[in-house]
Amino acid sequence: MVKNKGTTPLAFDEMMNADSSPRQPYSTYNEWYASQDRNRLIAKSREAENIFRKTGITFAVYGHADSSEKLIPFDLIPRIISGREWRKLAQGIEQRVIALNAFLDDIYHKQEIVRAGRIPRELIEKNDAFLPQMIGLRPPGGVYTHIVGTDIVRTGEDQFYVLEDNARTPSGVSYMLENRETMMQMFPELFHQNRVRPVENYPYLLRQSLASLAPPGCSGKPRVAVLTPGIYNSAFYEHAFLADMMGVELVEGSDLRVIDGKVKMRTTRGYEAIDVLYRRVDDDFLDPLTFRPDSALGIPGIMDVYRAGNITIANAPGTGISDDKAIYSYMPEIVEFYTGRKPLLENVPTWRCSEPQSLTYVLEHIEELVIKEVHGSGGYGMLVGPTATRRERAIFAEKLKARPGNYIAQPTLSLSTVPILVNKGIAPRHVDLRPYVLVSDKVQIIPGGLTRVALKAGSLVVNSSQGGGTKDTWVLED
Amino acid sequence: MLGRTANGLYWMFRYIERAENGARLIDAGLRMSLTRSEATEDDWDGVLQSAGVRELYDEVHDALTSSDAIDFLLRDHANPSSVMSCIEAGRHNARMVRTALTRETWEATNECWIEMKAMLAKKARPADLPEIIDTIKRRAGLIRGAFHGTMLRNEIFNFSRIGTFIERADNTARILDVKYYVLLPAVAAVGSSMDNVQWESILRSVSAHRAYGWVYDAELRPANIADFLISNGRMPRSLAYCYEKIVSNLGYLAREYGATHAAHGTAEQTLAALRSRSINDIMDQGLHEYLEEFISDNNRLGQEISDGYRFYH
Repeated sequence: MVKNKGTTPLAFDEMMNADSSPRQPYSTYNEWYASQDRNRLIAKSREAENIFRKTGITFAVYGHADSSEKLIPFDLIPRIISGREWRKLAQGIEQRVIALNAFLDDIYHKQEIVRAGRIPRELIEKNDAFLPQMIGLRPPGGVYTHIVGTDIVRTGEDQFYVLEDNARTPSGVSYMLENRETMMQMFPELFHQNRVRPVENYPYLLRQSLASLAPPGCSGKPRVAVLTPGIYNSAFYEHAFLADMMGVELVEGSDLRVIDGKVKMRTTRGYEAIDVLYRRVDDDFLDPLTFRPDSALGIPGIMDVYRAGNITIANAPGTGISDDKAIYSYMPEIVEFYTGRKPLLENVPTWRCSEPQSLTYVLEHIEELVIKEVHGSGGYGMLVGPTATRRERAIFAEKLKARPGNYIAQPTLSLSTVPILVNKGIAPRHVDLRPYVLVSDKVQIIPGGLTRVALKAGSLVVNSSQGGGTKDTWVLED
Repeated sequence: MLGRTANGLYWMFRYIERAENGARLIDAGLRMSLTRSEATEDDWDGVLQSAGVRELYDEVHDALTSSDAIDFLLRDHANPSSVMSCIEAGRHNARMVRTALTRETWEATNECWIEMKAMLAKKARPADLPEIIDTIKRRAGLIRGAFHGTMLRNEIFNFSRIGTFIERADNTARILDVKYYVLLPAVAAVGSSMDNVQWESILRSVSAHRAYGWVYDAELRPANIADFLISNGRMPRSLAYCYEKIVSNLGYLAREYGATHAAHGTAEQTLAALRSRSINDIMDQGLHEYLEEFISDNNRLGQEISDGYRFYH
């Protein structure tokens, strides 16, 4: 019998109903769980850690010299989503991703959304993530966001919200794949009992999707490569993993050079051209001739090759603007403007502190709100009002008053919970979800994604840099 | 393939080979100190020389003791050729060329590093040394096994193999060179127990003390030992064997690339010389001079391969 101990009051649990019966997607799993010996599961949990360690699935935490390679904790109770729930999510994500691409194309061309008065001009043009170098440039196939990782949170049976769009360089997909691999290795029987939709073909779909957007100047089979900042980057494992799984070269900026109008890599046979670059290097560092001159990670002149239509860069430079949290607050307008329909997925209500009325409201309700930096990510530089101390709130309020335009505020959502395995059984913990989306001439959403879980009871911060873990995410066939 | 990847593979396998050879050298040293009646630190002097780190040792230590020598050879980070330094460098290169390796090969390398890091976290107690040496050899064997069992026979395989055999040829030549004098006919008082111990330790350093008996006769003879380690094409750590492998792997690369480089000529010449010269001829001309020249030629070949295939890092 599964007991639901220590539940945060009011949080929606995805596994158990309030009466301790399992929710429908978990009914088969729960039966299996009830028949398991707890010690065996704890042993399996350790086994999983060993699998991750030997595979080298590690990430680096910046500023920790002695512990340069860390494991992200993996919890072996899956996050299960029914087919019906998934269809609803997928439709909403597709709509949103189509709107995002149309938005990016628009702001780098006619800016009709600005002319129509739906978005303030300065929000675009004064934004650091807006790249004037992209104005008038249309990437091959008109695709800006080849890979998107839409962050979704849930607060109830039918309440899903998009928390972030992550159209720049979403990471974590290697964990989606390795979590599944590990679960299948440890509990093959679960995959006989439950009809779980596969995620394993992601690398194949990714390669296909990237190759299909090769530049017009590419003759023959497109040559794809993954660009990494290098072995010391926190996500190096993922870069190597994706290149390996796709069967393409993993390159660093120093491996590449612009020769005769093409981006070429230094091979054992001499220089050879690359057609599609899946870059995991930020815009700023991509081309020292165009962006940051001190970048050692980029390729001098790559933007000229890009402009001449001789290379595809995925995601396109300048897409980062859509990750801006002030832009995020306009997503309902953006979706409606480009698709002509109401958004299928809700935005989290967002106060823009740049607006005086909102600022007043935020300052008065600071203890109820989550306040985030407009350009921040990774859970850094934010205030979680309800759990912050009085002093922390006072300090943050001063920052807010000094630079209101730098912040947005959102209600503290009671994120849904999924149980994790603890010494005494299972206990609910808050989760979010990042499905992965591939955009080419079609939008493909991988049925699953990365579930991040806060390992501390009651915590709402799921980021791996702040002690979060991950779970395998199942979408059921139904 | 990136020139950086080819370079990474080449060095990954050089370092793994060096780590394994380091373990063999320590093993031979331990054995020698067990066999000898009078405890001597001189044995470790020879082992440090064979590993090419005798001078470096003096920079770090005031006196030569077996305990310090073993620690220096096994796990000291001040020694870039210590077993642990090599495993770390090998794994670092493997991580960099991760995409060129099969999952099995990478995992075997990563697990080797994980286990040895834990095992060598503290200075080893003498009683634990046999198990440690055994583990290093076993882990290196697992890497080799995963590599042979799963890797596609393409340029990745060839660059890796070339790294292995350039390193192995260098190690075998050094082991012989440090002990060349005990193999000289003039000095050798055949049959003395002292010489037998020395000779056996040479064979033991390359794990060939059993195989020797199968190929030659039971009695250890200097010329036979030298022949075994230099010219015998069936002995997997001999110079001739290493060069057969280097030439054949370079041959695959020449066919795949449709081009040859200076390295191809150099390797073939060295192999031809190894095949044609008798061991007596070599001994007559001077074993030490011969080995010195070999080591320098072998280094040159490594450089030519690096130039020909545009290695960089």
